[in-house]
Amino acid sequence: MNTARTPYGLIALALMVCVIVIAPLYMMVAISLKADEQQVLLDFGSWRAFWVNPWDMSLENYRIILADKVSPFLRYLFNSALIVTSIVIFGILINSACAFALSRLRFAGRGVILAVLIALIIIPMEALAIPLLLIMARVGWLETYQAQIIPFIAHPFSIFLFYQFFSKLPKDLDEAAFVEGATPFQVYWKIVMPLSLPVIATVAILQSLEYWNAYLWPLMITRGPATRPVSLALAQFFGTPPYLWGQLMAFSVMMSLPVLILYLSFQRWFIQSVVSSAIKG
Amino acid sequence: MAGLRQRDTSSAALIMSPALILIGVFVIFPFLLAIALSFTNQRLVPNLNVGTQFVGINNYLRILGQPEFLQAFRNTALFTILVTPLQSGFALAAAMLLNTKLPARNVFRGIFFLPTVITMVVVSVIWFALFRLDGFFNQLLWVVTGGNAPVVDWLHNPWLAMPALILLSAWQGFPFQMVVYLAGLQQINPELYEAAKVDGAKPWDEFWGVTMPGLRNTHIFVLVTTTILAFKLFTQVNLMTQGGPEGATQTVVRFIYEQGFTRGSVGVAAAASVMFFLVVLAISIAQRYIFTSEEEVR
Repeated sequence: MNTARTPYGLIALALMVCVIVIAPLYMMVAISLKADEQQVLLDFGSWRAFWVNPWDMSLENYRIILADKVSPFLRYLFNSALIVTSIVIFGILINSACAFALSRLRFAGRGVILAVLIALIIIPMEALAIPLLLIMARVGWLETYQAQIIPFIAHPFSIFLFYQFFSKLPKDLDEAAFVEGATPFQVYWKIVMPLSLPVIATVAILQSLEYWNAYLWPLMITRGPATRPVSLALAQFFGTPPYLWGQLMAFSVMMSLPVLILYLSFQRWFIQSVVSSAIKG
Repeated sequence: MAGLRQRDTSSAALIMSPALILIGVFVIFPFLLAIALSFTNQRLVPNLNVGTQFVGINNYLRILGQPEFLQAFRNTALFTILVTPLQSGFALAAAMLLNTKLPARNVFRGIFFLPTVITMVVVSVIWFALFRLDGFFNQLLWVVTGGNAPVVDWLHNPWLAMPALILLSAWQGFPFQMVVYLAGLQQINPELYEAAKVDGAKPWDEFWGVTMPGLRNTHIFVLVTTTILAFKLFTQVNLMTQGGPEGATQTVVRFIYEQGFTRGSVGVAAAASVMFFLVVLAISIAQRYIFTSEEEVR
Protein backbone atom coordinates (compact mmCIF):
# COMPACT_ATOMS: atom_id res chain seq x y z
CA MET A 1 0.00 0.00 0.00
CA ASN A 2 1.37 3.36 -0.94
CA THR A 3 -0.90 5.41 1.32
CA ALA A 4 2.04 7.55 2.41
CA ARG A 5 2.43 9.04 -1.08
CA THR A 6 2.39 12.80 -0.87
CA PRO A 7 -0.48 14.32 -2.90
CA TYR A 8 1.63 16.93 -4.73
CA GLY A 9 -1.21 17.87 -7.07
CA LEU A 10 -3.50 18.75 -4.19
CA ILE A 11 -0.78 20.76 -2.47
CA ALA A 12 -0.12 22.68 -5.68
CA LEU A 13 -3.82 23.52 -6.00
CA ALA A 14 -4.03 24.59 -2.38
CA LEU A 15 -0.96 26.79 -2.77
CA MET A 16 -2.58 28.40 -5.81
CA VAL A 17 -5.64 29.31 -3.76
CA CYS A 18 -3.31 30.65 -1.07
CA VAL A 19 -1.64 32.94 -3.61
CA ILE A 20 -5.02 34.25 -4.81
CA VAL A 21 -6.09 34.91 -1.24
CA ILE A 22 -2.84 36.34 0.09
CA ALA A 23 -1.43 38.32 -2.86
CA PRO A 24 -3.76 41.34 -2.47
CA LEU A 25 -3.16 41.42 1.28
CA TYR A 26 0.56 41.04 0.75
CA MET A 27 0.56 43.97 -1.64
CA MET A 28 -1.25 46.06 0.98
CA VAL A 29 1.50 45.36 3.51
CA ALA A 30 4.33 45.85 0.99
CA ILE A 31 3.07 49.24 -0.17
CA SER A 32 2.40 50.40 3.39
CA LEU A 33 6.09 49.88 4.20
CA LYS A 34 7.37 52.08 1.37
CA ALA A 35 8.01 55.57 2.66
CA ASP A 36 8.70 57.01 -0.78
CA GLU A 37 5.37 57.60 -2.57
CA GLN A 38 7.21 58.08 -5.90
CA GLN A 39 8.67 54.62 -5.51
CA VAL A 40 5.18 53.22 -4.81
CA LEU A 41 3.88 54.70 -8.06
CA LEU A 42 6.88 53.42 -10.03
CA ASP A 43 6.48 49.93 -8.55
CA PHE A 44 2.77 49.66 -9.44
CA GLY A 45 3.65 48.72 -13.00
CA SER A 46 5.68 45.63 -12.08
CA TRP A 47 6.00 42.70 -9.74
CA ARG A 48 7.66 45.09 -7.29
CA ALA A 49 4.19 46.25 -6.24
CA PHE A 50 4.15 42.98 -4.30
CA TRP A 51 7.61 43.41 -2.88
CA VAL A 52 9.46 45.74 -0.57
CA ASN A 53 13.22 45.71 -0.26
CA PRO A 54 14.03 44.80 3.33
CA TRP A 55 16.52 47.68 3.54
CA ASP A 56 13.92 50.15 2.25
CA MET A 57 11.26 49.20 4.75
CA SER A 58 9.98 52.08 6.79
CA LEU A 59 7.18 52.74 9.24
CA GLU A 60 6.95 56.38 8.12
CA ASN A 61 3.43 55.94 6.66
CA TYR A 62 2.24 54.47 9.94
CA ARG A 63 3.78 57.36 11.86
CA ILE A 64 2.03 59.91 9.62
CA ILE A 65 -1.37 58.24 10.06
CA LEU A 66 -0.98 58.02 13.83
CA ALA A 67 0.22 61.63 14.08
CA ASP A 68 -2.63 63.06 11.98
CA LYS A 69 -4.58 65.39 14.26
CA VAL A 70 -7.37 66.17 11.76
CA SER A 71 -8.15 62.52 11.22
CA PRO A 72 -7.35 60.86 14.57
CA PHE A 73 -6.87 57.18 13.74
CA LEU A 74 -7.00 55.93 17.33
CA ARG A 75 -10.19 57.86 18.01
CA TYR A 76 -11.85 56.26 14.98
CA LEU A 77 -10.64 52.84 16.08
CA PHE A 78 -12.01 53.49 19.56
CA ASN A 79 -15.37 54.50 18.08
CA SER A 80 -15.56 51.25 16.12
CA ALA A 81 -14.55 49.16 19.11
CA LEU A 82 -17.07 50.89 21.36
CA ILE A 83 -19.92 50.53 18.86
CA VAL A 84 -19.26 46.89 18.01
CA THR A 85 -18.66 45.75 21.61
CA SER A 86 -21.76 47.54 22.85
CA ILE A 87 -23.93 45.94 20.18
CA VAL A 88 -22.45 42.51 20.88
CA ILE A 89 -22.66 42.60 24.69
CA PHE A 90 -26.13 44.11 24.98
CA GLY A 91 -27.23 41.98 22.05
CA ILE A 92 -26.16 38.74 23.70
CA LEU A 93 -28.01 39.59 26.92
CA ILE A 94 -31.25 40.80 25.36
CA ASN A 95 -31.54 38.34 22.48
CA SER A 96 -30.69 35.29 24.58
CA ALA A 97 -33.21 36.34 27.23
CA CYS A 98 -35.92 36.63 24.60
CA ALA A 99 -34.99 33.25 23.12
CA PHE A 100 -34.96 31.68 26.59
CA ALA A 101 -38.54 32.75 27.22
CA LEU A 102 -39.61 31.51 23.79
CA SER A 103 -37.98 28.11 24.14
CA ARG A 104 -38.29 27.27 27.86
CA LEU A 105 -41.37 29.04 29.22
CA ARG A 106 -45.02 28.37 28.53
CA PHE A 107 -47.34 31.26 27.76
CA ALA A 108 -50.08 32.25 25.37
CA GLY A 109 -48.95 33.73 22.06
CA ARG A 110 -45.54 32.05 22.11
CA GLY A 111 -45.97 30.55 18.66
CA VAL A 112 -47.15 33.82 17.16
CA ILE A 113 -44.22 35.82 18.55
CA LEU A 114 -41.77 33.20 17.32
CA ALA A 115 -43.30 33.18 13.84
CA VAL A 116 -43.22 36.98 13.63
CA LEU A 117 -39.57 37.09 14.75
CA ILE A 118 -38.56 34.52 12.15
CA ALA A 119 -40.43 36.44 9.47
CA LEU A 120 -38.59 39.63 10.49
CA ILE A 121 -35.19 38.03 9.77
CA ILE A 122 -35.56 38.71 6.07
CA ILE A 123 -36.16 42.46 6.40
CA PRO A 124 -32.84 43.89 5.19
CA MET A 125 -31.38 46.81 7.11
CA GLU A 126 -30.92 48.59 3.76
CA ALA A 127 -34.70 48.78 3.34
CA LEU A 128 -35.08 50.42 6.76
CA ALA A 129 -32.19 52.89 6.47
CA ILE A 130 -34.15 55.87 5.13
CA PRO A 131 -37.08 55.79 7.60
CA LEU A 132 -34.60 55.12 10.43
CA LEU A 133 -32.59 58.14 9.32
CA LEU A 134 -35.73 60.26 9.43
CA ILE A 135 -36.49 58.99 12.95
CA MET A 136 -32.91 59.70 14.11
CA ALA A 137 -33.07 63.22 12.69
CA ARG A 138 -36.36 63.83 14.54
CA VAL A 139 -35.07 62.68 17.93
CA GLY A 140 -31.74 64.50 17.44
CA TRP A 141 -29.55 61.40 17.38
CA LEU A 142 -27.50 62.34 14.29
CA GLU A 143 -23.77 62.09 15.01
CA THR A 144 -24.19 59.99 18.14
CA TYR A 145 -23.00 56.63 19.38
CA GLN A 146 -26.49 55.58 20.43
CA ALA A 147 -27.78 55.94 16.86
CA GLN A 148 -25.15 53.39 15.81
CA ILE A 149 -25.76 51.02 18.75
CA ILE A 150 -29.33 50.95 20.06
CA PRO A 151 -31.20 50.19 16.79
CA PHE A 152 -29.04 47.10 16.24
CA ILE A 153 -29.01 45.46 19.68
CA ALA A 154 -32.19 43.43 19.26
CA HIS A 155 -31.60 41.11 16.33
CA PRO A 156 -34.19 38.57 15.14
CA PHE A 157 -31.58 36.26 13.60
CA SER A 158 -29.56 36.13 16.84
CA ILE A 159 -32.75 35.35 18.76
CA PHE A 160 -33.37 32.55 16.30
CA LEU A 161 -29.84 31.13 16.78
CA PHE A 162 -30.24 31.23 20.57
CA TYR A 163 -33.70 29.70 20.28
CA GLN A 164 -32.39 26.76 18.23
CA PHE A 165 -29.63 26.09 20.73
CA PHE A 166 -31.82 26.43 23.83
CA SER A 167 -34.47 24.13 22.37
CA LYS A 168 -31.93 21.32 22.22
CA LEU A 169 -30.89 21.58 25.89
CA PRO A 170 -32.53 18.81 27.99
CA LYS A 171 -35.76 19.94 29.65
CA ASP A 172 -34.98 18.11 32.92
CA LEU A 173 -32.41 20.78 33.73
CA ASP A 174 -34.83 23.61 34.27
CA GLU A 175 -37.76 21.40 35.37
CA ALA A 176 -35.66 20.32 38.36
CA ALA A 177 -34.74 23.92 39.15
CA PHE A 178 -38.36 25.07 38.84
CA VAL A 179 -39.48 22.34 41.27
CA GLU A 180 -36.92 23.62 43.74
CA GLY A 181 -38.53 27.06 43.44
CA ALA A 182 -36.12 28.86 41.14
CA THR A 183 -37.51 31.86 39.21
CA PRO A 184 -37.38 31.84 35.39
CA PHE A 185 -34.70 34.52 35.53
CA GLN A 186 -32.53 32.39 37.81
CA VAL A 187 -32.92 29.41 35.48
CA TYR A 188 -31.95 31.59 32.52
CA TRP A 189 -28.92 33.16 34.15
CA LYS A 190 -27.60 30.32 36.33
CA ILE A 191 -28.48 27.20 34.32
CA VAL A 192 -29.11 27.91 30.65
CA MET A 193 -26.56 30.66 29.92
CA PRO A 194 -23.52 28.88 31.44
CA LEU A 195 -24.27 25.92 29.13
CA SER A 196 -24.53 28.11 26.05
CA LEU A 197 -20.98 29.24 25.40
CA PRO A 198 -20.90 27.87 21.82
CA VAL A 199 -23.96 29.80 20.70
CA ILE A 200 -22.84 32.92 22.58
CA ALA A 201 -19.54 32.79 20.68
CA THR A 202 -21.36 32.24 17.38
CA VAL A 203 -23.66 35.21 17.87
CA ALA A 204 -20.81 37.40 19.12
CA ILE A 205 -18.62 36.65 16.09
CA LEU A 206 -21.39 36.98 13.48
CA GLN A 207 -22.58 40.25 15.02
CA SER A 208 -19.03 41.61 15.28
CA LEU A 209 -18.31 40.90 11.62
CA GLU A 210 -21.64 42.39 10.55
CA TYR A 211 -21.21 45.67 12.40
CA TRP A 212 -17.46 45.94 11.83
CA ASN A 213 -18.44 45.87 8.15
CA ALA A 214 -21.22 48.47 8.56
CA TYR A 215 -20.91 51.17 5.93
CA LEU A 216 -24.26 52.52 4.71
CA TRP A 217 -25.62 53.47 8.13
CA PRO A 218 -22.53 55.23 9.55
CA LEU A 219 -22.13 56.96 6.17
CA MET A 220 -25.52 58.60 6.65
CA ILE A 221 -25.49 59.17 10.38
CA THR A 222 -21.93 60.40 11.12
CA ARG A 223 -19.73 63.15 9.77
CA GLY A 224 -16.80 64.08 12.00
CA PRO A 225 -14.31 62.09 14.09
CA ALA A 226 -16.48 62.28 17.21
CA THR A 227 -18.46 59.11 16.57
CA ARG A 228 -17.42 57.96 13.08
CA PRO A 229 -16.14 54.36 12.87
CA VAL A 230 -12.69 53.61 11.48
CA SER A 231 -13.86 52.00 8.21
CA LEU A 232 -15.71 55.21 7.34
CA ALA A 233 -12.60 57.22 8.14
CA LEU A 234 -10.67 55.11 5.62
CA ALA A 235 -13.50 55.53 3.11
CA GLN A 236 -13.31 59.29 3.58
CA PHE A 237 -9.51 59.31 3.23
CA PHE A 238 -9.83 57.16 0.09
CA GLY A 239 -12.58 59.40 -1.29
CA THR A 240 -10.43 62.56 -1.27
CA PRO A 241 -7.76 62.30 -4.01
CA PRO A 242 -4.85 62.52 -4.63
CA TYR A 243 -4.34 58.94 -3.52
CA LEU A 244 -1.49 58.63 -1.05
CA TRP A 245 -1.13 54.89 -1.48
CA GLY A 246 1.53 54.34 1.17
CA GLN A 247 -0.63 55.99 3.80
CA LEU A 248 -3.89 54.44 2.57
CA MET A 249 -2.35 50.99 2.85
CA ALA A 250 -0.81 51.73 6.26
CA PHE A 251 -4.27 52.84 7.43
CA SER A 252 -5.76 49.63 5.99
CA VAL A 253 -3.16 47.43 7.66
CA MET A 254 -3.62 49.11 11.02
CA MET A 255 -7.40 48.84 10.99
CA SER A 256 -7.26 45.19 9.86
CA LEU A 257 -4.73 44.11 12.46
CA PRO A 258 -7.03 43.97 15.51
CA VAL A 259 -9.54 41.78 13.66
CA LEU A 260 -6.78 39.60 12.19
CA ILE A 261 -5.30 39.04 15.63
CA LEU A 262 -8.73 38.12 17.01
CA TYR A 263 -9.27 35.79 14.06
CA LEU A 264 -5.92 34.06 14.43
CA SER A 265 -6.51 33.57 18.16
CA PHE A 266 -10.05 32.24 17.83
CA GLN A 267 -9.89 30.72 14.33
CA ARG A 268 -11.85 27.60 15.22
CA TRP A 269 -14.65 29.69 16.74
CA PHE A 270 -14.86 31.98 13.71
CA ILE A 271 -15.26 29.07 11.33
CA GLN A 272 -17.62 27.23 13.66
CA SER A 273 -19.82 30.31 13.93
CA VAL A 274 -20.22 30.50 10.16
CA VAL A 275 -21.15 26.83 10.06
CA SER A 276 -23.75 27.16 12.82
CA SER A 277 -25.35 30.11 11.07
CA ALA A 278 -26.08 27.79 8.15
CA ILE A 279 -27.70 24.91 10.02
CA LYS A 280 -31.31 25.63 9.50
CA GLY A 281 -34.16 24.65 11.81
CA MET B 1 -49.90 23.53 36.71
CA ALA B 2 -52.25 26.43 36.08
CA GLY B 3 -50.28 28.42 38.63
CA LEU B 4 -47.03 27.70 36.84
CA ARG B 5 -48.49 28.79 33.52
CA GLN B 6 -49.60 32.10 34.93
CA ARG B 7 -46.23 32.80 36.53
CA ASP B 8 -44.59 31.92 33.23
CA THR B 9 -46.68 34.42 31.28
CA SER B 10 -45.78 37.42 33.40
CA SER B 11 -42.11 36.57 33.71
CA ALA B 12 -41.88 35.64 30.02
CA ALA B 13 -43.29 39.04 29.13
CA LEU B 14 -40.76 40.70 31.42
CA ILE B 15 -37.79 38.72 30.08
CA MET B 16 -38.73 39.25 26.45
CA SER B 17 -39.70 42.91 26.75
CA PRO B 18 -36.28 44.51 26.07
CA ALA B 19 -35.83 42.63 22.80
CA LEU B 20 -39.45 42.95 21.71
CA ILE B 21 -39.63 46.68 22.47
CA LEU B 22 -36.40 47.37 20.57
CA ILE B 23 -37.55 45.29 17.61
CA GLY B 24 -40.89 47.08 17.63
CA VAL B 25 -39.25 50.52 17.66
CA PHE B 26 -36.30 49.89 15.34
CA VAL B 27 -37.52 47.19 12.94
CA ILE B 28 -41.32 47.02 12.78
CA PHE B 29 -41.99 50.76 13.15
CA PRO B 30 -39.44 51.86 10.48
CA PHE B 31 -40.74 49.11 8.23
CA LEU B 32 -44.32 50.36 8.51
CA LEU B 33 -43.03 53.91 8.23
CA ALA B 34 -41.27 53.04 4.95
CA ILE B 35 -44.55 51.76 3.55
CA ALA B 36 -46.44 54.84 4.76
CA LEU B 37 -43.78 57.29 3.50
CA SER B 38 -43.72 55.64 0.09
CA PHE B 39 -47.19 57.12 -0.52
CA THR B 40 -46.13 60.66 0.41
CA ASN B 41 -43.80 63.36 -0.87
CA GLN B 42 -41.92 63.49 2.47
CA ARG B 43 -38.57 65.33 2.36
CA LEU B 44 -35.56 64.61 4.58
CA VAL B 45 -35.47 68.27 5.55
CA PRO B 46 -39.16 69.24 5.59
CA ASN B 47 -40.20 72.33 3.67
CA LEU B 48 -42.39 74.12 6.20
CA ASN B 49 -44.32 76.08 3.54
CA VAL B 50 -45.45 73.02 1.63
CA GLY B 51 -45.75 70.23 4.17
CA THR B 52 -46.02 66.54 3.47
CA GLN B 53 -48.80 65.36 1.23
CA PHE B 54 -50.33 62.05 0.30
CA VAL B 55 -49.41 61.35 -3.32
CA GLY B 56 -50.90 57.89 -3.83
CA ILE B 57 -48.82 55.53 -5.91
CA ASN B 58 -47.07 58.38 -7.73
CA ASN B 59 -43.66 57.49 -6.26
CA TYR B 60 -43.96 53.93 -7.52
CA LEU B 61 -45.05 55.07 -10.97
CA ARG B 62 -42.24 57.61 -11.05
CA ILE B 63 -39.58 55.05 -10.12
CA LEU B 64 -40.82 52.40 -12.51
CA GLY B 65 -40.83 54.95 -15.30
CA GLN B 66 -37.35 56.18 -14.44
CA PRO B 67 -34.54 54.74 -16.60
CA GLU B 68 -32.08 55.30 -13.74
CA PHE B 69 -33.98 52.96 -11.39
CA LEU B 70 -34.57 50.35 -14.06
CA GLN B 71 -30.88 50.43 -14.91
CA ALA B 72 -29.97 50.10 -11.22
CA PHE B 73 -32.30 47.14 -10.93
CA ARG B 74 -30.87 45.49 -14.05
CA ASN B 75 -27.30 46.07 -12.86
CA THR B 76 -28.04 44.60 -9.44
CA ALA B 77 -29.74 41.58 -11.00
CA LEU B 78 -26.82 41.10 -13.40
CA PHE B 79 -24.31 41.34 -10.54
CA THR B 80 -26.33 38.81 -8.55
CA ILE B 81 -26.71 36.37 -11.43
CA LEU B 82 -22.99 36.47 -12.20
CA VAL B 83 -21.44 36.67 -8.74
CA THR B 84 -23.54 33.94 -7.15
CA PRO B 85 -22.39 31.01 -9.33
CA LEU B 86 -18.81 32.32 -9.51
CA GLN B 87 -18.50 32.74 -5.77
CA SER B 88 -20.37 29.54 -4.88
CA GLY B 89 -18.46 27.54 -7.49
CA PHE B 90 -15.10 28.73 -6.23
CA ALA B 91 -16.27 28.11 -2.65
CA LEU B 92 -17.31 24.55 -3.50
CA ALA B 93 -14.02 23.86 -5.30
CA ALA B 94 -12.02 25.15 -2.33
CA ALA B 95 -14.18 23.16 0.10
CA MET B 96 -13.68 19.96 -1.92
CA LEU B 97 -9.95 20.59 -1.91
CA LEU B 98 -10.04 20.90 1.88
CA ASN B 99 -12.06 17.68 2.11
CA THR B 100 -9.33 15.56 0.48
CA LYS B 101 -6.15 13.94 1.84
CA LEU B 102 -4.46 17.35 1.61
CA PRO B 103 -1.85 17.69 4.37
CA ALA B 104 -2.18 20.56 6.89
CA ARG B 105 -5.81 21.07 5.92
CA ASN B 106 -6.58 23.21 8.95
CA VAL B 107 -3.75 25.60 8.10
CA PHE B 108 -5.01 25.96 4.53
CA ARG B 109 -8.57 26.40 5.75
CA GLY B 110 -7.39 29.15 8.07
CA ILE B 111 -5.61 30.94 5.20
CA PHE B 112 -8.50 30.52 2.72
CA PHE B 113 -10.86 32.10 5.26
CA LEU B 114 -8.79 35.31 5.57
CA PRO B 115 -10.64 37.58 3.08
CA THR B 116 -13.85 37.30 5.09
CA VAL B 117 -12.31 39.04 8.10
CA ILE B 118 -11.03 41.94 5.98
CA THR B 119 -13.63 44.68 5.93
CA MET B 120 -15.08 45.64 2.51
CA VAL B 121 -13.70 49.19 2.69
CA VAL B 122 -10.15 47.84 2.95
CA VAL B 123 -10.85 45.30 0.20
CA SER B 124 -12.07 48.13 -2.05
CA VAL B 125 -8.93 50.19 -1.44
CA ILE B 126 -6.64 47.24 -2.25
CA TRP B 127 -8.52 46.19 -5.38
CA PHE B 128 -8.78 49.78 -6.58
CA ALA B 129 -4.98 49.69 -6.71
CA LEU B 130 -5.00 46.34 -8.53
CA PHE B 131 -7.33 47.79 -11.21
CA ARG B 132 -5.22 50.91 -11.81
CA LEU B 133 -4.10 51.67 -15.37
CA ASP B 134 -0.61 50.48 -14.39
CA GLY B 135 -1.96 47.96 -11.88
CA PHE B 136 -1.76 44.21 -11.60
CA PHE B 137 -4.65 43.33 -13.91
CA ASN B 138 -3.32 45.39 -16.79
CA GLN B 139 0.12 43.85 -16.28
CA LEU B 140 -1.48 40.41 -16.31
CA LEU B 141 -3.34 41.23 -19.51
CA TRP B 142 -0.11 42.50 -21.05
CA VAL B 143 1.79 39.33 -20.15
CA VAL B 144 -1.00 36.96 -21.21
CA THR B 145 -1.48 38.61 -24.60
CA GLY B 146 2.23 39.12 -25.16
CA GLY B 147 1.87 42.89 -25.06
CA ASN B 148 -0.83 43.04 -27.74
CA ALA B 149 -3.76 44.09 -25.54
CA PRO B 150 -4.49 47.79 -25.08
CA VAL B 151 -4.34 49.17 -21.56
CA VAL B 152 -7.78 48.85 -20.01
CA ASP B 153 -9.33 51.33 -17.59
CA TRP B 154 -11.30 48.64 -15.76
CA LEU B 155 -13.36 50.76 -13.39
CA HIS B 156 -14.15 53.47 -15.95
CA ASN B 157 -15.22 51.13 -18.72
CA PRO B 158 -19.01 50.55 -18.83
CA TRP B 159 -18.48 46.92 -19.87
CA LEU B 160 -15.68 46.03 -17.46
CA ALA B 161 -16.56 47.94 -14.28
CA MET B 162 -19.19 45.39 -13.23
CA PRO B 163 -17.00 42.31 -13.90
CA ALA B 164 -14.24 43.99 -11.88
CA LEU B 165 -16.62 44.50 -8.95
CA ILE B 166 -17.81 40.89 -9.29
CA LEU B 167 -14.26 39.60 -9.07
CA LEU B 168 -13.39 41.41 -5.86
CA SER B 169 -16.77 40.65 -4.28
CA ALA B 170 -16.30 36.94 -4.96
CA TRP B 171 -12.77 37.12 -3.54
CA GLN B 172 -14.01 38.67 -0.32
CA GLY B 173 -17.14 36.54 0.02
CA PHE B 174 -16.20 33.00 -1.03
CA PRO B 175 -14.69 31.77 2.28
CA PHE B 176 -18.07 32.06 3.98
CA GLN B 177 -19.73 29.66 1.54
CA MET B 178 -16.59 27.50 1.48
CA VAL B 179 -16.90 26.79 5.18
CA VAL B 180 -20.60 26.01 4.81
CA TYR B 181 -19.89 23.67 1.90
CA LEU B 182 -17.10 21.97 3.84
CA ALA B 183 -19.55 21.21 6.65
CA GLY B 184 -21.99 19.89 4.06
CA LEU B 185 -19.35 17.67 2.44
CA GLN B 186 -18.37 16.19 5.79
CA GLN B 187 -21.97 15.15 6.39
CA ILE B 188 -22.11 13.00 3.27
CA ASN B 189 -21.97 9.33 4.22
CA PRO B 190 -18.49 7.98 3.22
CA GLU B 191 -20.09 4.61 2.43
CA LEU B 192 -21.77 6.22 -0.58
CA TYR B 193 -18.33 6.96 -2.01
CA GLU B 194 -17.16 3.42 -1.22
CA ALA B 195 -20.21 2.03 -3.01
CA ALA B 196 -19.58 4.27 -6.02
CA LYS B 197 -15.95 3.09 -6.15
CA VAL B 198 -17.08 -0.54 -6.04
CA ASP B 199 -19.40 0.22 -8.95
CA GLY B 200 -16.39 1.57 -10.82
CA ALA B 201 -17.48 5.21 -10.84
CA LYS B 202 -15.03 7.78 -12.24
CA PRO B 203 -14.35 10.88 -10.09
CA TRP B 204 -16.61 12.84 -12.44
CA ASP B 205 -19.51 10.39 -11.93
CA GLU B 206 -18.83 10.43 -8.22
CA PHE B 207 -19.12 14.22 -8.17
CA TRP B 208 -22.47 14.28 -9.99
CA GLY B 209 -23.82 11.07 -8.47
CA VAL B 210 -22.81 11.41 -4.82
CA THR B 211 -21.38 14.83 -3.99
CA MET B 212 -23.91 17.10 -5.71
CA PRO B 213 -27.07 15.28 -4.52
CA GLY B 214 -25.59 15.05 -1.01
CA LEU B 215 -25.13 18.82 -0.96
CA ARG B 216 -28.66 19.61 -2.08
CA ASN B 217 -29.73 21.41 1.11
CA THR B 218 -26.36 23.14 1.39
CA HIS B 219 -26.73 24.39 -2.19
CA ILE B 220 -30.11 25.89 -1.47
CA PHE B 221 -28.86 27.64 1.66
CA VAL B 222 -25.71 28.94 -0.04
CA LEU B 223 -27.51 30.10 -3.18
CA VAL B 224 -30.24 31.92 -1.28
CA THR B 225 -27.94 33.69 1.20
CA THR B 226 -25.47 34.64 -1.55
CA THR B 227 -28.28 35.92 -3.77
CA ILE B 228 -29.77 38.09 -1.04
CA LEU B 229 -26.34 39.36 0.02
CA ALA B 230 -25.48 40.17 -3.59
CA PHE B 231 -28.71 42.09 -4.00
CA LYS B 232 -27.62 44.43 -1.19
CA LEU B 233 -24.54 45.48 -3.19
CA PHE B 234 -23.49 48.96 -2.13
CA THR B 235 -20.18 49.46 -0.29
CA GLN B 236 -17.70 48.54 -3.02
CA VAL B 237 -19.73 50.34 -5.68
CA ASN B 238 -20.04 53.53 -3.69
CA LEU B 239 -16.30 53.54 -2.99
CA MET B 240 -14.86 52.41 -6.31
CA THR B 241 -17.15 53.56 -9.12
CA GLN B 242 -19.88 55.73 -7.51
CA GLY B 243 -22.36 53.91 -9.71
CA GLY B 244 -20.51 54.90 -12.87
CA PRO B 245 -19.45 54.96 -15.61
CA GLU B 246 -22.73 56.14 -17.13
CA GLY B 247 -24.70 54.38 -14.42
CA ALA B 248 -23.27 51.01 -15.43
CA THR B 249 -22.69 50.00 -11.81
CA GLN B 250 -25.56 51.85 -10.13
CA THR B 251 -27.37 49.51 -7.72
CA VAL B 252 -30.77 49.45 -6.04
CA VAL B 253 -29.37 50.20 -2.57
CA ARG B 254 -27.25 53.04 -3.96
CA PHE B 255 -30.35 54.42 -5.70
CA ILE B 256 -32.17 54.38 -2.35
CA TYR B 257 -29.19 56.08 -0.69
CA GLU B 258 -28.93 58.79 -3.35
CA GLN B 259 -32.66 59.51 -3.47
CA GLY B 260 -33.20 59.53 0.28
CA PHE B 261 -29.95 60.87 1.65
CA THR B 262 -28.22 62.90 -1.06
CA ARG B 263 -31.35 64.35 -2.70
CA GLY B 264 -33.58 64.17 0.38
CA SER B 265 -36.56 62.66 -1.49
CA VAL B 266 -37.60 60.36 1.34
CA GLY B 267 -40.89 59.43 -0.33
CA VAL B 268 -39.19 58.18 -3.50
CA ALA B 269 -36.48 56.39 -1.49
CA ALA B 270 -39.14 54.72 0.65
CA ALA B 271 -40.97 53.45 -2.43
CA ALA B 272 -37.68 52.04 -3.76
CA SER B 273 -37.02 50.47 -0.32
CA VAL B 274 -40.40 48.75 -0.37
CA MET B 275 -39.72 47.34 -3.82
CA PHE B 276 -36.24 46.25 -2.73
CA PHE B 277 -37.82 44.44 0.22
CA LEU B 278 -40.35 42.73 -2.03
CA VAL B 279 -37.55 41.31 -4.19
CA VAL B 280 -35.70 39.97 -1.14
CA LEU B 281 -39.01 38.54 0.09
CA ALA B 282 -39.60 36.83 -3.25
CA ILE B 283 -36.15 35.18 -3.08
CA SER B 284 -36.84 33.95 0.46
CA ILE B 285 -40.26 32.58 -0.47
CA ALA B 286 -38.70 30.75 -3.39
CA GLN B 287 -36.31 29.20 -0.86
CA ARG B 288 -39.11 28.12 1.46
CA TYR B 289 -41.01 26.68 -1.47
CA ILE B 290 -38.04 24.61 -2.63
CA PHE B 291 -37.39 23.40 0.92
CA THR B 292 -40.93 22.21 1.54
CA SER B 293 -41.31 20.53 -1.82
CA GLU B 294 -38.09 18.69 -1.05
CA GLU B 295 -39.34 17.48 2.34
CA GLU B 296 -42.47 16.14 0.67
CA VAL B 297 -40.28 14.11 -1.65
CA ARG B 298 -38.62 12.39 1.28
